[in-house]
Amino acid sequence: MNVTTKAAAGAVSRRRLLPGFGITMGFSVLYLSLVVLLPLSALLFNSTGLSWAKFWDVATDARVLASYRVSLSTAAAAALIDAVLGLLLAWVLVRYEFPGKRLFDALIDLPFALPTAVAGVSLTALYSQNGWIGSLLEPLGLRVAFTPLGITLALMFIGIPFVVRTVQPVLEDLDRDMEEAAATLGAGRWRTFVRIVMPELFPPLLTGFALAFARGIGEYGSVVFISGNMPMRTEIAPLLIMSKLEQFDYAGATAVALLLLLISFLMLLVINSLQHWARKSSR
Amino acid sequence: MAGTVPLHVPAPRKSVSSPRTTESKAVKWVLISLAGLVLLWLIALPLIIVLVESLKRGLDVYWAALTDPDAASALKLTLLVAAITVPLNTIFGVTAAWAVTKFRFRGKGFLITLIDLPFAVSPVIGGLIFILVFGSHGWFGPWLSNHDIKIVFALPGIVLATLFITFPFVARELIPLMEEQGTQEEEAAITLGAHGWQIFWRVTLPNIKWGLLYGIILCNARAMGEFGAVSVVSGHIRGETNTLPLHVEILYNEYQFSASFAVASLLLLLALVTMIVKSLLLRKNAH
Repeated sequence: MNVTTKAAAGAVSRRRLLPGFGITMGFSVLYLSLVVLLPLSALLFNSTGLSWAKFWDVATDARVLASYRVSLSTAAAAALIDAVLGLLLAWVLVRYEFPGKRLFDALIDLPFALPTAVAGVSLTALYSQNGWIGSLLEPLGLRVAFTPLGITLALMFIGIPFVVRTVQPVLEDLDRDMEEAAATLGAGRWRTFVRIVMPELFPPLLTGFALAFARGIGEYGSVVFISGNMPMRTEIAPLLIMSKLEQFDYAGATAVALLLLLISFLMLLVINSLQHWARKSSR
Repeated sequence: MAGTVPLHVPAPRKSVSSPRTTESKAVKWVLISLAGLVLLWLIALPLIIVLVESLKRGLDVYWAALTDPDAASALKLTLLVAAITVPLNTIFGVTAAWAVTKFRFRGKGFLITLIDLPFAVSPVIGGLIFILVFGSHGWFGPWLSNHDIKIVFALPGIVLATLFITFPFVARELIPLMEEQGTQEEEAAITLGAHGWQIFWRVTLPNIKWGLLYGIILCNARAMGEFGAVSVVSGHIRGETNTLPLHVEILYNEYQFSASFAVASLLLLLALVTMIVKSLLLRKNAH
């Protein structure tokens, strides 16, 4: 009784009890429009004379299509590997105690904090023919720098924290009673992991994968150094925008960007519904 | 529930782990070693190589690279851009979080999605849009050139692109935090006769200060380190419109590897400081 009246009173008074709605809302929407929405709308209402025919010409150009293929496939591969490695890192961080754990945890954030250009030059130095790792792989006939493999590796570096930081909190909140019950019923540890833990971790893993994938599609700084930027082979879509701009082909750059933006918005939609689903299934 | 607070606080969940819900020692250490290797290979090695490469040709070369006039002006520009963009986006983040979390209104979810938008957009597009608005062929291009105002390939363009890229950081950190804290404390303050600013300074700000600081730190790291968007609008004029990350690229493309990594090590330092402050803040929050 008491609780319901209180809640009802709260709902009524909450509407406008606190001051500042008008001014904070007004400022936020104005600032959002000026810094984000208006500039973004320039892609749609552009002055570059981009007609539908021209858009279609650019969007279906072989070099443009190849750049999308490179971007999508390397981002997907990197996000998939990150999902596996990220699960391992999150598991170890949440479930085990070991010396150096705090440093371990802090290092996961490095790709978030490190400027992408720095990641780009250091990965290239590591994997070029005479780099620490590149020189080890060379005799095996494996080339990383200036191949799609190098792009994938750079995107793995950029994407790994997304997976770890989405899986980690869910794993921390996981109720161990279920695992205990499974063990009591005679399930082995592996079986418990597959049947009890994995279903709980699947939504955050998928979200982490989607976040890493979305970031990977648009990533530029860490990739341009290691990719070699060969048209048709290792040229990513963001780089193609850049080179069209350098040739003053504004219409072409806009067309490529529009398609890339469309993919990003689709990913945003997918991620939002994934997070919604993950929140619902964790309750 | 309020009347059923147990006398003994239940033990934290960690101690619940019984031998039956943990792996054998061997499995545990195999997993830890594997994770350690992954971390070393994927994250630590790129960090170490920056330091090794930058000092490869001695401290003299390292020092010369950092004291070079072009590097100094790049550093100055980077600091200036951060000093303009971080406060602006912080003010926005706080006001947006207040509007979104302290009131109910229609389309709240949509507004939050719009705030997140720059995270979903490729940095290169974040630069391109300002070329389309302010560039010579853009919306305001002819007007700007008639009035002799430079936006792209100059400081204002770099500031705008950085504003766009770092737009969500502070708001993103504050919204979940303030959502969780609710409005009760502020409402109590108002019944006690406090007015708007008093509520914010005395009630809200003390509650959100660590989250706010964390958001500012992340925003700053990105503002100083942004490469793609700034690269599009900067014009790459040495000593004028080059930021530190762009300077790294220029030196690298000129095969001045040691100098390039020396400048990169400055940015690495920025990243390390960011990470240290973050873990300090997290520990503070945990207590």
